[in-house]
Amino acid sequence: MYKIVEKRPLHKSVDYMKISAPQIAKKALPGQFVIIRADEYAERIPLTIAETDAEAGTVSVIFQKVGASTMKLGLMKAGYYLSDVVGPLGRPTETEGYKKVAVIGGGLGCAIAYPQAKALHEAGAHVDVIAGFRNKDLVILEKELGAVCDEMIIMTDDGSNGRKGLVTDALKQKIEEGAGYDLVIAIGPVIMMKFVALLTKQYGIKTIVSMNPIMIDGTGMCGGCRVTVGGEMKFACVDGPDFDGHEVDFDELMRRNRAFAEEEKKALDDHICKIGLGGIN
Amino acid sequence: MPNMQQTKTKMPELEPAYRASCFEEVAVGYSEEDAVNEAKRCLNCKNRPCVSGCPVNVRIPDFIAAVAEGDFERGYEIITVTNSLPAVCGRVCPQESQCEGKCVRGIKGEPVGIGRLERFCADRHRTHGDVKKEKITPDKEKVAVVGSGPSSLTCAGDLCKLGYDVTVFEAFHTAGGVLVYGIPEFRLPKSIVSYEIDGLKDMGVKFVLDSVIGRIMTVDELFEEGFKAVFIGTGAGLPGFLGIPGENGCGVYSANEFLTRVNLMKAYLPEYDTPIKKMKKVAVVGGGNVAMDAARCAKRLGAEEVYIIYRRSEEEMPARAEEIHHAKEEGVIFRLLNNPTKINTDERGNVVSATVIKMELGEPDASGRRRPVPIEGSEYDIELDAVIVAVGTTPNPLIRMTTPGLETNRKGCIVTSDGVTTSREGVFAGGDAVTGAATVILAMGAGKQAAEKIDEYLSSKR
Repeated sequence: MYKIVEKRPLHKSVDYMKISAPQIAKKALPGQFVIIRADEYAERIPLTIAETDAEAGTVSVIFQKVGASTMKLGLMKAGYYLSDVVGPLGRPTETEGYKKVAVIGGGLGCAIAYPQAKALHEAGAHVDVIAGFRNKDLVILEKELGAVCDEMIIMTDDGSNGRKGLVTDALKQKIEEGAGYDLVIAIGPVIMMKFVALLTKQYGIKTIVSMNPIMIDGTGMCGGCRVTVGGEMKFACVDGPDFDGHEVDFDELMRRNRAFAEEEKKALDDHICKIGLGGIN
Repeated sequence: MPNMQQTKTKMPELEPAYRASCFEEVAVGYSEEDAVNEAKRCLNCKNRPCVSGCPVNVRIPDFIAAVAEGDFERGYEIITVTNSLPAVCGRVCPQESQCEGKCVRGIKGEPVGIGRLERFCADRHRTHGDVKKEKITPDKEKVAVVGSGPSSLTCAGDLCKLGYDVTVFEAFHTAGGVLVYGIPEFRLPKSIVSYEIDGLKDMGVKFVLDSVIGRIMTVDELFEEGFKAVFIGTGAGLPGFLGIPGENGCGVYSANEFLTRVNLMKAYLPEYDTPIKKMKKVAVVGGGNVAMDAARCAKRLGAEEVYIIYRRSEEEMPARAEEIHHAKEEGVIFRLLNNPTKINTDERGNVVSATVIKMELGEPDASGRRRPVPIEGSEYDIELDAVIVAVGTTPNPLIRMTTPGLETNRKGCIVTSDGVTTSREGVFAGGDAVTGAATVILAMGAGKQAAEKIDEYLSSKR
């Protein structure tokens, strides 16, 4: 059992959760993830580690309440215990040897972009963060991200915070101005990563994207997380979750991620019924 | 005077139509009368061919003689001298190619139902015997066992009995390995697996769940933590795929994913959140036990048409005869000498059909089985909404990626000098991690051998 030591909403549908897991905290590196099972009946949910405190023995995750199991996780408070936390899983992000990096986070992807930006910054790289959100109410980790980069650009679809436009607009401008990036890291919705990769390919800038596909075990056993990278089948849980953005088949990934959409919607509706949250949406 | 009845005493089974709608165990098990009757068919041969067919050398005629005399508990004790998981083996061993395959009674008629009798003894002990195992206070070194499938459970049990302080590390939230995520409830009830694991816990074996060795701790770190030997029984969990177009479509699963969702994550029970697609027409590709399990699970989840697509003929199928028989009884459609060449998807990426080519058997290949050869121009489409790929698995790469000096072969299997001793001092391995995907009983045999070797190794260091 793993104790929840802190839990707070970042906005309406996104929560921050700090969990006591000393052994995982001791080993976790940026880019790695954990699998959480809230209780006996819940699904195993893969969540990238947003923050690690080896001394306090905690790891933190940030998650969006989209399905029955994440909704259930969202109802758990500080002091409650999680049935299972497995990790750290996946290959850590390579953060050594870069001089100038653009870290692009889209929405919830900022939760993953944050530890990576932090690690790169600590490794001595010049880090620019470009974070995109739909509107000002959905902005997360603004302060945290700001503290681990040299320049921070916030983009919103409606211009309600930062500049109006897409992350690719800001990235293109920076590149055109001669930013001279030797690495771009993009984490967020698949469609965003696809367009960042298309853009950087034109300029020949190495681009790493982080996958968050459907998975069960996180150890290479189910094959549910398979993605096509450079024409080859890869398992995001053991070969990734980071891959070369210029090699990933994003269109296939978008289709695969929608595979359980109907069942998840049904489970969520049933769940809302069961716990009497008819008003939630 | 032995019972000269030509056929095995009939195993009571649930009706095919009923059982295909639920996950209750198909084979109900012998009554005491059935067991005694079947045991009396044994001729008690002097040269004991059956024993030579058993990977763990169960003293078969002796335990059967005890059953024939009605001393069921003694029968159980004789089995458990060499086999620590009889309730499991009685249910999942391929007896027809092992003990029963060597039975003299099989020459004229059916062999003695050794598996059924083994299961009977174990089940009767569980429901009648003195169930609580005594705690053993360890007086020897700490040993780590990685994985909790059949090889690990056997190794852990044997080491514990020898006085070692044993800790089992399991990646999943439930111990049992393939016995819980792979083999379905209707073939091996999970209560039996947990009973066996509780027995080990009673004896003093510690289980640490949610721990992926290679990530949370490496093999080297286990030694740093004070473990003096490590057994690797991590199985062959990495699913193979067909390498044909359309395989990443929505509705294509590895058998591992499908079975894990169903068996471990209990997708068939409404109180669990695990999603599983409603499937109407499903094709399972492969001819082994895993393929049969997947097909029968799909049927139980309400699929109307379930196909087994296998590129060779029934004779070459690696599945147990009983599983093939049960699958047929439950209405699974066998498309033998067929091989999928393409999975077709709609514009949203969902599976709509598979293109299949017919095959014929040619000359024997390296495996000794006749090689299937495609018949040109024989392709046809089967309308489907799901495809489950059950064409074998290979060992998980995590341990070999994180254990320097651990020699593995081209297929990713751990190399051993004598079946269990690896290239790293103090590191032993067994089961599918060494052999590639094989059977529960072979894994148990390796777990047993590894326990002996670990004992030898640690004794020599004292």
